[in-house]
Amino acid sequence: MSLQLDSRIPGGALSDKWENYKFDLKLVNPNNRRKFTVIVVGTGLAGGAAAATLGELGYNVKVFTYHDSPRRAHSIAAQGGINAAKNYRGDGDSIHRLFYDTIKGGDFRAREANVHRLAEVSTNIIDQCVAQGVPFGREYGGLLDNRSFGGAQVSRTFYARGQTGQQLLLGAYQSLARQIHLGTCELFNKMELVDVVLNNDGQACGIIARDLLTGELSRHAGHAVVLATGGYGNVYFLSTNAKNSNATAAWRAHRKGAAFANPCYTQIHPTCIPPSDEFQSKLVLMSESLRNDGRIWVPRNADDCGLDASAVPEDARDYYLERKYPAFGNLVPRDIASRNAKTMVDQGLGIGPLRNGVYLDFSHAIERLGADVIKGRYGNLFDMYERITGEDPYKVPMRIYPATHYTMGGLWVDYNLQTTVPGLFAIGEANFSDHGANRLGASALMQGLADGYFVLPPTMAGFLAPRLGESLVSTSDPVFEQAERDVRDRIDQLLAVKGTHSVDHYHRELGKLVWDYCGMARNAAGLEKALSEIPALRAEFYKDLKVLGSAESVNQSLEKALRVADVMELAELKVRDALHREESCGGHFRDEHQTDEGEAKRDDENFMYVGAWEWGGSDIQRDAVLHKEPLVYEAVKPTQRSYK
Amino acid sequence: MSTNMLNLTLKVWRQDGPNSAGRFETYQTTTIADDASFLEMLDYVNEDLVAGDVEPITFDHDCREGICGTCGVMINGQAHGPQRGTATCQLHMRQFRSGDTIVIEPWRAAAFPIIRDLMVNRAALDRVVESGGYITVSTGAAPDANITPVPRDAAEAAMDAAACIGCGACVAACPNSAGQLFTSAKLAHLNLLPQGQAERWSRSEAMVETMEQYFGSCTNHGECQEACPKEISIDFIAMMNRDYLKAKFTNRRRGGQRKSG
Repeated sequence: MSLQLDSRIPGGALSDKWENYKFDLKLVNPNNRRKFTVIVVGTGLAGGAAAATLGELGYNVKVFTYHDSPRRAHSIAAQGGINAAKNYRGDGDSIHRLFYDTIKGGDFRAREANVHRLAEVSTNIIDQCVAQGVPFGREYGGLLDNRSFGGAQVSRTFYARGQTGQQLLLGAYQSLARQIHLGTCELFNKMELVDVVLNNDGQACGIIARDLLTGELSRHAGHAVVLATGGYGNVYFLSTNAKNSNATAAWRAHRKGAAFANPCYTQIHPTCIPPSDEFQSKLVLMSESLRNDGRIWVPRNADDCGLDASAVPEDARDYYLERKYPAFGNLVPRDIASRNAKTMVDQGLGIGPLRNGVYLDFSHAIERLGADVIKGRYGNLFDMYERITGEDPYKVPMRIYPATHYTMGGLWVDYNLQTTVPGLFAIGEANFSDHGANRLGASALMQGLADGYFVLPPTMAGFLAPRLGESLVSTSDPVFEQAERDVRDRIDQLLAVKGTHSVDHYHRELGKLVWDYCGMARNAAGLEKALSEIPALRAEFYKDLKVLGSAESVNQSLEKALRVADVMELAELKVRDALHREESCGGHFRDEHQTDEGEAKRDDENFMYVGAWEWGGSDIQRDAVLHKEPLVYEAVKPTQRSYK
Repeated sequence: MSTNMLNLTLKVWRQDGPNSAGRFETYQTTTIADDASFLEMLDYVNEDLVAGDVEPITFDHDCREGICGTCGVMINGQAHGPQRGTATCQLHMRQFRSGDTIVIEPWRAAAFPIIRDLMVNRAALDRVVESGGYITVSTGAAPDANITPVPRDAAEAAMDAAACIGCGACVAACPNSAGQLFTSAKLAHLNLLPQGQAERWSRSEAMVETMEQYFGSCTNHGECQEACPKEISIDFIAMMNRDYLKAKFTNRRRGGQRKSG
């Protein structure tokens, strides 16, 4: 195949690249913008911000969401905060430091130029959001407050109580609502992308959408298509993702020729509530910000694990993060905190009824600061914890355990955020570009909004400008007809199986396989086992799936079946990628590759590249083709990450 | 903490489509763990229904963390059920006892037509926001974030209002299906902040009048506040009423000046 990875990273000094590049990009005259139609799929932070901004600029925007309202996208659930290099604390922060922390946090597997750009625009994001009315936390003098987050030694995280994602998303949603009102953006709600359509030159020219209320398939043409459809965390079934979050848009794009990069990089968040039984439908995250005041421990002695926490004396507790990483303590990056929790539980030191957690203890902070201060900082999180577990965290320590949270891998994009399919862009969590092998806390909101507000709009102009005068592909063109027919066939196939097991059954089984063999720690034997079992499960899915109801009305089982069919294929590619990456880096930890102290051991000589997979056919482990984009570090020198 | 199993009788509203007649169906459950969430209980019932070749109950849900506002049903006549300040997805079965009968219905309001079973159409809420629930600031136009200090009390009060998740429980709980709590929460969020002042009066007038196209009238029952999963205060409704009244004068005067100018 002819796939080429050209990252289009501009030349020049790192700190000048984006400014110079923006100047070099072509512009579209304000009067010509309405001649272009841009399709935006997804209305989270990236999609909502992009659609609103493109609408403000005067493009004709068609924006799609499978929710009933754009405001419900899963960005809304982000709790802790958003990073920006404002240095309002005067504690030594700068664009370069945010850039460096992000590159280091990503274990030197992200592109320097992209990450530097992210750090540069981070400050504009805060300005924009404040102007929109985002009610960030403030000091008594009326200026913005900050908190600190894992993987950083400065306070650069802006927050709105424990609902930062909600408030930022409402800001983007409100801006989008204004454009909908003005008519520059047309909203298609309860409409899910079911395929990407390419013209005869292989360029994206539209999408096929399914109306989730009527089952009707419709065709939509655009000069460009933007996927802002989030990550693939639901490959694990149990994750902190919302139940409807899915990878179908990204996977459909991949099948149409968009390379999928680093699918093995997934982030396991250290502070979630452990599962309580086998019917658990999702895992709830407790914000990482809790690690500012909570201390993580397990009993030193396995015999104490069945006792109430208060019955374990101080000297019988192991505050293992403080012991092993004195400089960062409980604020080590997520991958390190997660892996250490797993190590403790695997050693039989887990606590709780199922011995599947570690303690996050606030008693010292309450003693030092008073319960009122803690309530002010984390009140809503404590309430949520109590509702879910029936335990009062002011009196007994929280029980936490890692859970899948974010996917750093995603559609490969160049510096313009364009995939390997011309005219098809991917932004936010849907792309792979900025977090390397591990994302720092409070950086997902930053990246989503950076892509949507500040990066995509200028690069989109650069893409569209030379296409002035090109008309849209007609939706009665054979390429649309064929795409719609293919979708109909997929739907008919799933409804025709009439087997015995529900979609959730298969999703749960898939999740177990991926969690067990491609979760927090991976090894060759386990990955190979998963590679033999996933195709078998997939075959069984098509033989024994049971979807009741029809395709012509609301049918939530059918919606799920379409999504699970795609994520099963993605799971196989993810495991394949994990098997090929014979090193440990960030969230990808191979048992075979660790230092004497049990830390991730990178192999920069052989694996300092982005692994971008090209679709080759439905026997994924045989047919997928690996392409490598070398990572070149000019401004930073890769070192072994140390948070001691 | 130990897990108990609950035997429950569910009476669930089933309706095949917007124009079909609805009916209550009764389902028995015997193995619901009290650690389960209310929606996990419905998942479990649905698995059973599918096994018995009955189409599963359609219900809206997404984040299951009480923040996206997608879920929401009437549980024994109460929007989001019996626990204060708790959305349906965050309600856990330990709030119920074995042997209980639970009646589950969709939101009841003319502004929220039923789509299927427990799923309703809440697009009217978006129309209210689109009519003025924003601050006009195009991307790139913002000054430095710290240029305008915002008194902490104002920011906190704005945040109290902005916590609204747009679930529609306030409308469903109201005997008049009024949209006052939802609308006033968005207005208060923006009208309390310095950034929101330029459009305060036009926003107040537009949003209130759009609200009135879809929703019933407020008669100060206060049920909305009781049902709200974010415990948003009806004080914001008082603020909205005052702002609306003032807006009618201010906007007329401004309009008049424009004409004479």
